[in-house]
Amino acid sequence: MRRRSLIQAAALLPLGARVVSAAPPAEPVTQALIDAAKKEGAVTYYTAMDLSVAEPLAKAFEVKYGGDIKVKVERTGAERLFNRIAQEAASKIYRVDVVNSSDAAHFLPWKRDGWLAPFVSEAMARDLPAEMVDPDGMYCNQRTHLSAMAYNTKMVEPADAPKGFNDLLDPKYAGKLVKAHPGYSGTIMTATQQLTRELGWGYLEKLAKQKVLQVQSATEPPKRIEAGERAIAVDGSDYLFWLARERGSPIEVVLPVEGTPQISNPMAVFKSAPNPNAARLMVSWIMSAEGQQFIVDLSGQYAANRQVKPKPGRPALSQIKTWREDPAAVEQQADQIKAQYARYFKV
Amino acid sequence: MSLRFDLSRAVLIGVVVLLVAIIVLPVGWLFIYAFADKQGHSTLGNFVTLFTDPSFVDPLISTLILSFSVSAICCLIAAPLGWLAARTDMPLSGTLRTLVMASLVTPPFVGAVAWEMLAAPNSGLLNQLWRALSGSEDPLFDIYTMEGLIFVMACYTFPYVFILVANALDRMPGELEDASSMLGARTLQTAIRITVPLALPVLLAGALVAFLQALNQFGAPAILAIPAGFHTLTTKIWSLFQFPPKSELASAAALPLLLLTVALLRLQSVALGRRGYAVLGGKYGAPRVIRLGVLRIPAAALAMLVLALPLFLPYAALINTAFSPIASQLVTPATATLKNLRFTFLELSSTMPALKNTFILALGASTLGGLLALLIAYIVARQAVVGHRVLAFLATAPLAIPGIVLGVGLFLAYAQTLYGTLWILLIAFITIELPAAYQQLGSAFRSIHPELEEAGRMLGATRLRTLKDITAPLLSTAAVATWCFIFVAVIRELSAAAVLFTSETKVMSVLIFDLKESGDVGAIAVLSLAMVTLTAAVIVVANRLTAGRAAVRV
Repeated sequence: MRRRSLIQAAALLPLGARVVSAAPPAEPVTQALIDAAKKEGAVTYYTAMDLSVAEPLAKAFEVKYGGDIKVKVERTGAERLFNRIAQEAASKIYRVDVVNSSDAAHFLPWKRDGWLAPFVSEAMARDLPAEMVDPDGMYCNQRTHLSAMAYNTKMVEPADAPKGFNDLLDPKYAGKLVKAHPGYSGTIMTATQQLTRELGWGYLEKLAKQKVLQVQSATEPPKRIEAGERAIAVDGSDYLFWLARERGSPIEVVLPVEGTPQISNPMAVFKSAPNPNAARLMVSWIMSAEGQQFIVDLSGQYAANRQVKPKPGRPALSQIKTWREDPAAVEQQADQIKAQYARYFKV
Repeated sequence: MSLRFDLSRAVLIGVVVLLVAIIVLPVGWLFIYAFADKQGHSTLGNFVTLFTDPSFVDPLISTLILSFSVSAICCLIAAPLGWLAARTDMPLSGTLRTLVMASLVTPPFVGAVAWEMLAAPNSGLLNQLWRALSGSEDPLFDIYTMEGLIFVMACYTFPYVFILVANALDRMPGELEDASSMLGARTLQTAIRITVPLALPVLLAGALVAFLQALNQFGAPAILAIPAGFHTLTTKIWSLFQFPPKSELASAAALPLLLLTVALLRLQSVALGRRGYAVLGGKYGAPRVIRLGVLRIPAAALAMLVLALPLFLPYAALINTAFSPIASQLVTPATATLKNLRFTFLELSSTMPALKNTFILALGASTLGGLLALLIAYIVARQAVVGHRVLAFLATAPLAIPGIVLGVGLFLAYAQTLYGTLWILLIAFITIELPAAYQQLGSAFRSIHPELEEAGRMLGATRLRTLKDITAPLLSTAAVATWCFIFVAVIRELSAAAVLFTSETKVMSVLIFDLKESGDVGAIAVLSLAMVTLTAAVIVVANRLTAGRAAVRV
């Protein structure tokens, strides 16, 4: 299922890019690349990933290359990242080397406008399913995660817990819900497009009347239900729910019966990257079996690299009824989704 | 007079050009954008949207409700507290004043986050305590409401009113009150018939200051209003500034804030202008101290109870969160963890750059801004050049520009040049703090009579020598106080910074705001405590350096 997302994106590429691929040849990690990267000495990584994963990932890369390449992690919601990058470009400020976002739709205009540098690492060519890599080699899917539901078992009995989205409209859940915002989070933007496609906007209109605590990032609902501020998370990054559960917090993850929104997290090197070699080295490492395994071991997200063993105790992606990801539709609908959402939820 | 020094005209022109670049230009762009559509044609369409579209009208109404309520509450709390501190024999009144200053140093957005830890309806520590004690299902407080936001903003706004009231009462002559009691009035009667009417203009001014603070504040609303499901005008302007920035609408939304602020400042100067009627001439004795008798201890207890709200409780919550694995749990020796400290200082790669940027900007703004204010204050006070009134006006004008509005204006003016550098933030911070710095130094200059300088000149000293040997030592206390004032204000500034920062120019306040949006409260607690500690350390050191004289005090 997860494979469809990038096929969808690819189908909309101009000039039938799938037929005539312009992808550059796969590049191995050479000593020359390492030396050039070390000479640059730094790389700026814009990401929407939770800091608890992004910072250790950055540290692991630094350690891998002897601490000679300092990673600057710039984390915020994918929608904010998109804004910042556009704003910086409009003011001719070029800071971003590697971008990694939870809104795959952003890579479509970036690619169209020629902002991305094509790059295919050896591991990307060898160990990734073809549909995980843009046909022109402009970006690849770093990992996939889900927007799941979850509840705090101290506040809701398992028998009383919602099984899916429609259950949340039950008046007994009013005032017990927390939800993240599609104007901030790429995970939630992507999930909202799928949710409104499957259940219609009427669903969100009704949900908005349930006195929902509105937070911004998809990384916050997990923290809120862990703290016991609300009993049930309507959405949020699944790996953070699982991590909270695995460290002993009273959290139960719910994969909604209607379907679970699926979110790919593409990654690309910017053409204007001030540290192009360090950027390529970082992407090479993150997409290698070693880097991918690091992400999976730490967070249990679903890796793109076939060499990687999934984290024990997590459900297999193929076993989950996920909704289809459609970046092209997200790109078209993003403004309307933000406006309509603000109308219902008032913020 | 302009012949006194050769460079005087050049200095005047230089300062005027600088002030135009940092104040007039940004505000000018704001006006131009507010009356333009996306293609640049002039239109009133932005204002039609502003006053008809519910997504703008609702924030406008919320902001007005908020500002009126905050202002009223601040007066109700600060007036009696100020009176207790200034006119009675209540114990701990010195401590009270210091603690009020400490709550002024606390950034409102930090206070707002701390109050989330205390009074989020379910996970808030106070609500957990209440449930445990009462067995009730419902929370005692819900911070995610309009009332909750009003409460938090009042906590960090009342110090302004308190300081105004306490200072005015300190200076108010005691004779009128003496006369009243000699004529047989009781203490309470004297208070109601003499003290209150005399203090009323100051209280009105205080109410306006509180109103303005609430009107233009961004930090606390950004933290609390959005989860509560509403926008204020400042958060709305900020949301319009996401890319592609809707500069036209943002500018149009900024104008009501600007105009309202100007009008209220006029009103305030009228109110304060009348204060003079109490001072009829001659020398007055020290204001008399009212004996509280058996009420001394309860009064002090009440004052400390009030200060628990902006200070003791929030800082306890921050310390708890900093060392706790989960913010909603009370930390015990068994659960205490250094995880958050480790994460903030060793893992979070934004911490050190943000600390560095904040420190550079605070030092830069306080030093350069202080010097600029000193120069302007000197020129105006000694009327050293023709046209000094223009300077006085320009130096005071930013008072009328809310931080977020200035941020938008600076962005419009310098998006292609200074945006993305620390300079644009430096300009923003200097501009925001210039009026207060200028007023402080201006009054210090007025208190030094030119006779002293003239004496030096007559004895053959050059102008510079006179400045160095006579004026500078007399001014040093005020200068250090101003320096500290700007330093503290820059560290807690969020509104302009939230519009102007880029990934390379993040400051502490913006980093805290970023972390807030992803719910990383542990790191927020650590950073907030670090920020306040840093501020306190700078104030203490600066005061030590000026020969033990208390430079910053109420």
